[in-house]
Amino acid sequence: MRFVDEFREPELIARTAGEIRRLADPQRRYRFMEVCGGHTHSIYRFGLKDLLPPNIELVHGPGCPVCVLPMGRIDDGLSIAEHPGVIFTAFGDMMRVPGTHGSPLEYKARGMDVRIVYSPSDALKLAQNNPERHVMFFAIGFETTAPSTALTLMRARTLGVHNFSIFCNHVTIIPAIRAILDSPDMRIDAFIGPGHVSTVIGCRPYAWIAQNEAKPIVVTGFEPLDVLQSVVMLLRQLNQRETKVENQYKRVVPWEGNRAALKAMAEVFELRPYFEWRGLGFISQSALRIRDAYAEWDAERRFSVPGVRVTDPKAAQCGEVLKGVLKPEQCKLFGRECTPEHPIGALMVSSEGSCAAYYNYEHRKTPALASLGA
Amino acid sequence: MAGVASKIRFRDPQVEMAHGAGGKASRRLIDGLFAPILFESIPAPLGDAAHVSVNGTCVALTTDSFVVRPLRFPGGSIGELAVNGTVNDLAVCGASAQALVVSYVLEAGLPTEILEKEVRAMAAAASRAGVVIAGGDTKVVEHGKADQMYITTSGIGHLIPGLSISPAAVRRGDRILLSGPIGDHGITILLARGELDLDADLRSDTRSVLPLVEALADAAGAGVHWMRDPTRGGVATSLNELAHDCGLGILLAEDSIPVRDEVRGACELLGLDPLHIANEGQFLAVVAAEHADAALKALRATPGGSEAAWIGEIAEQPAAAVLVTTRYGGGRIVDMLVGDPLPRIC
Repeated sequence: MRFVDEFREPELIARTAGEIRRLADPQRRYRFMEVCGGHTHSIYRFGLKDLLPPNIELVHGPGCPVCVLPMGRIDDGLSIAEHPGVIFTAFGDMMRVPGTHGSPLEYKARGMDVRIVYSPSDALKLAQNNPERHVMFFAIGFETTAPSTALTLMRARTLGVHNFSIFCNHVTIIPAIRAILDSPDMRIDAFIGPGHVSTVIGCRPYAWIAQNEAKPIVVTGFEPLDVLQSVVMLLRQLNQRETKVENQYKRVVPWEGNRAALKAMAEVFELRPYFEWRGLGFISQSALRIRDAYAEWDAERRFSVPGVRVTDPKAAQCGEVLKGVLKPEQCKLFGRECTPEHPIGALMVSSEGSCAAYYNYEHRKTPALASLGA
Repeated sequence: MAGVASKIRFRDPQVEMAHGAGGKASRRLIDGLFAPILFESIPAPLGDAAHVSVNGTCVALTTDSFVVRPLRFPGGSIGELAVNGTVNDLAVCGASAQALVVSYVLEAGLPTEILEKEVRAMAAAASRAGVVIAGGDTKVVEHGKADQMYITTSGIGHLIPGLSISPAAVRRGDRILLSGPIGDHGITILLARGELDLDADLRSDTRSVLPLVEALADAAGAGVHWMRDPTRGGVATSLNELAHDCGLGILLAEDSIPVRDEVRGACELLGLDPLHIANEGQFLAVVAAEHADAALKALRATPGGSEAAWIGEIAEQPAAAVLVTTRYGGGRIVDMLVGDPLPRIC
């Protein structure tokens, strides 16, 4: 398969892994945070940890939109699904995320009209095809998915589709990285930077991480070779005592980002004064809401939403895992009360969540690989 | 045993789609509710078909329901699936299907033309598979109470001589054989639903695997220790069930697993794992190492078996789990599917 196989080529991967071993100083420990859930997924899916020397630790970051969404928002969104005539639509990722009274899939099993869509424009089409119903799209995601939500809203207004609304949970990546860096227990040496988010925002917004925080950051793709090459680039920076923003994912990410996408976002969204993140708490100016000009399509204004806050179970340590303080298996609930089948915390729900990735791909692996002599 | 209260361990408050998806939730429903009440006297583990003794003759008996949407898709249709699915369930339990009975649940308003097409598809599939459709039943439900039509087929088969299939027979060092490329059926159905705006030149792999199973039995006989057709939940779920039942580890070499480029491409786009995607015309077999070469040669020489491949082996570790290794030395545990495969967004 073109554009994929090249980045999984065993010889190149072996060579890059060798380069990492050569560059890594055996006397020190390295803690690199991969910001995106997509990276976490790749790292486990391709067994990349097995290729790194033991003193390089990959720490999973906050870049999983499903994981950082507080349960109260899910409850609020699902409360709209209970209105008569409403079709609740969301990406597949959202379907198993538990709210207080069940996940969207469980609501569906109880008779609510809950449907998976593959893009917000599919939800808009559904609204056009069902004029007697109201279609609500539960929007999640960082800057990666926000432009398509914005363009869909612009289209809804142009076409005059009035039986359509968005429950907006879009968040922005920079404040989350800032919250992690501000956290007192933060011990990260460098960042494997967001890939798909950067296709929209470009590389410039990360400059402060390199300049003010003195942490190297490399914008990185999602194939095995991308992640390994990024580790090489970070090691080189650290060895040369440099801290800069580098772009490993040049084939997709322009340095300046995507102006058209940013323009669409600016047209439709404005920053919320603050927003609650699961595990990280309230972060100011970290999320998007729909501007007044599009109020008619804002589900939060169109329906009365309870606006509940739900605290996570005390025993669940999602926040510590999300900040990279704890590894998934160090949480008291991991693999016991909290499994992908019965997730308690959101990190166990999405396949990009570090707990689910760890549970699915890593859990029980070590003795097996050891017995293979790997 | 009669008189002993069965211990019910199924605690989910309601039935969800996941309980029918063939993965962990399905297993929990069967092991936690059906088995303790219905099959208490039958020794575990449960296979795809039951062995029943009738007047001293052992026969294999199985049943399967088909609720696929859309009814017709590239490479097949619900009628064809209903015949092949039951023939295959018998085949991988080491039995050659002799007769099927069929039960239709029809939604009022279903055009006769559609029904007739499916009945004809069943007749053609039965003739290809060499099995008789010996009887049937029909129920009609109100419009809106079913999705066009559901078909249940039950089949009876005689045991293929020389085969003895059981997870208990699986040994360390046995080899794992796959009859051909995986994921064709599941991805074809996903695309045929038309929700994705994706096109690919793919067809369902629905077919009877009995000729291949017979060729394998001829070549390896008692060396065949276990077989399963990896339908819902895919290869990962079938092999996890085996690992769970025999307590051993299963090591798969990712590169050796045949997957068409179209299936890989769709899986990459949607964030799915081909190992979790349904198949309707493939089977997995665990064969003793000393029979491995003969078994593969026989399969490849049989029509429809040219893409058969070794994909892994049985090991002590990881106990009761499946580990996939990559060409560059990494590895990952592959678990059963949880619920339906859901696409990822980014």
